[in-house]
Amino acid sequence: MTNTSKRIVIIGATSAIAEHCARLWLSNQSVDLTLVSRDLAKTQRIAADLQVRSPQSVIRILTTDFCDAQAIQHCVADIIAIRPVHTVLIAHGTLPDQQALQQDLSACAETLMINGISPALFAEAFATQMQQANYGTLAVIGSVAGDRGRKSNYCYGSAKGLVERFVEGLQHRLAHTAVKVTLIKPGPTATPMTAHIRNMPMAKVEDVAQCIVTGIAGGKPIIYAPTKWALIMLIIRHLPRCIFHKMNI
Amino acid sequence: MVKITSWGRLSHLEHQRVLLSDCQQVAKQLQQHQPGIAHGMGRSYGDVCLNPNGVLWQTTSLNRFIHFDDNTGCLTCEAGILLGDIQALFMPRGWSLAVTPGTQFVTVGGAIANDIHGKNHHVMGSFGDHVKHLHLVRTDGSLIECSPTLLPNWFAATVGGLGLTGIITQVSLQLQPVPGPWLDTETVPFTQLSEFFALADSSESTWQHTVSWIDCLSTKGRGLFMRANPCDIGPNLEPQCHAHTMRFTPPLSLVNGLTLKPLNSLYYQLKKWRAGRSIAHYQAFFYPLDNLLHWNRLYGPKGFYQYQSVVPREVSLDAVAAMLAAIKQSGQGSFLAVLKTFGDREALGMLSFPQPGVTLALDFPNRGDKTLSLFKRLDAIVREAGGRIYMAKDARMPRELFELGYPCLNEFLTYRDSGISSSLSRRLMDY
Repeated sequence: MTNTSKRIVIIGATSAIAEHCARLWLSNQSVDLTLVSRDLAKTQRIAADLQVRSPQSVIRILTTDFCDAQAIQHCVADIIAIRPVHTVLIAHGTLPDQQALQQDLSACAETLMINGISPALFAEAFATQMQQANYGTLAVIGSVAGDRGRKSNYCYGSAKGLVERFVEGLQHRLAHTAVKVTLIKPGPTATPMTAHIRNMPMAKVEDVAQCIVTGIAGGKPIIYAPTKWALIMLIIRHLPRCIFHKMNI
Repeated sequence: MVKITSWGRLSHLEHQRVLLSDCQQVAKQLQQHQPGIAHGMGRSYGDVCLNPNGVLWQTTSLNRFIHFDDNTGCLTCEAGILLGDIQALFMPRGWSLAVTPGTQFVTVGGAIANDIHGKNHHVMGSFGDHVKHLHLVRTDGSLIECSPTLLPNWFAATVGGLGLTGIITQVSLQLQPVPGPWLDTETVPFTQLSEFFALADSSESTWQHTVSWIDCLSTKGRGLFMRANPCDIGPNLEPQCHAHTMRFTPPLSLVNGLTLKPLNSLYYQLKKWRAGRSIAHYQAFFYPLDNLLHWNRLYGPKGFYQYQSVVPREVSLDAVAAMLAAIKQSGQGSFLAVLKTFGDREALGMLSFPQPGVTLALDFPNRGDKTLSLFKRLDAIVREAGGRIYMAKDARMPRELFELGYPCLNEFLTYRDSGISSSLSRRLMDY
């Protein structure tokens, strides 16, 4: 079973979006799933849930330091050593309050690290391995916030912007291989990460996850989830500064 | 603050919503944000799940399974998981919830807090009868684990306890083995109430599920008696279900004096014409209304009430006839009129609704004082019959009727959590 089932790795497995993607992947097939996170206890609860949903699936848990390049390198090497990977989803992130970050430079550095550099390092480590295997899909969760810097969340948004450029570079590098690289840009989604944000309509996490799983299966290079955000961000990206700067967004 | 309404859509008031997503953090969150009330899918009709201008602890993200034992059918899960998710996952594996209400879009926690019942009450009792163990987090941060044998009083207070004893975070449920997702069903038309009672009496020993639709505008009480048993029809072919959505709220209730009579007649004649035996998927039989998402919008911007009562069996024929006569006389009516006999099993919760007898549930578009004065007449019939009203549906019952209907109330009050308060608890129980 282990050797024939699809191998999926989720980095940042406690992310609500990632958890719902995992539920969808497990819903119609047995999967060899590896969950990588910083929080062992929470990941164990997620793994237990997924195991009830799919008793035949193999679920492994790994924890590592997400901000240490060496640790990331070793973690990815350990994962790859077991078996080649079909799909990698890099999903971790935090969304602190922008105004608080403006008062605290260390928190600002942490935010840039965990949302920008860390996913880029994971992507780089997997990309090299996957290029050698000439096989698999590497999907990274960015954000619509990375499309244009806005006063309400530019620290988080710029880190996601870094992820976008990085993934773009990987797509260019791997364009002539069989490895697919996908950038996912969720709009505001109702998850614990966004629970502190008030008065903003949020997409249901189940719908966003469905959009991502379908997009990855279809090999799309960029997935806006829900799709309407492609249009909204097209407009926001192209607004002239004189209008954009008057907006409270 | 966000505007929240319950299923009856009678009010749309501001609430502060606090998302509970991690069982380990619940105690801390409750201590930080109180007083409040647990809120799952908001499928109760009245104000049991509301706390205007206060806190709602949103439980739907507590939706993880914890363990399932394939040999015994014992499922442990978090309390925000939906009954529909349990059915969808376990029905193909040969296990089903023992008790399920008319919608699958409710949480396990809500099902326990309202001790909901289903079409098989005469066989399986209510939801609480199949709860083996639960975790209750109190707003002082403490955790109480209880079961029918471990702290049984806490268990009896919490089952049917309207969320007022603490937040249910984790539950162990006993599932029932089933041959598959299909049911052998039969629809039997009846032309008067006495026929309904004869059918109920003759069906209870041989049919697991029984329920009736009743035409509340008919003089004698005609209706359709529906009964079903699980059956094995071999390979599990999933039916193609296409749910529709009521995308907008019409400016007026679509259920009104003009539409109701033809609607009821059409439904009765159509079903009568198609009466008899047939095989049905569990979703079609248990949850027919789930096929029209947001059907509550049909009742227009003012919303609707549901009036569900239970009266003891000895007086049920007269009491139900009197209620139907009062409704007909008032000129208000209901398309969704459901009649069902409860079994003899007393529910274990101190405030559980089911009791031996007959329950009648009716939807009424909100027409203000006119509707409320009809309810006063119905209350008088329920009071005289020695019955009670279902709190999961209620938005207006008078306090004395509540106190008469629920004799274990004083005992229940000693188990309340002082950091929990809902619109309903303030209306009927001081705070």
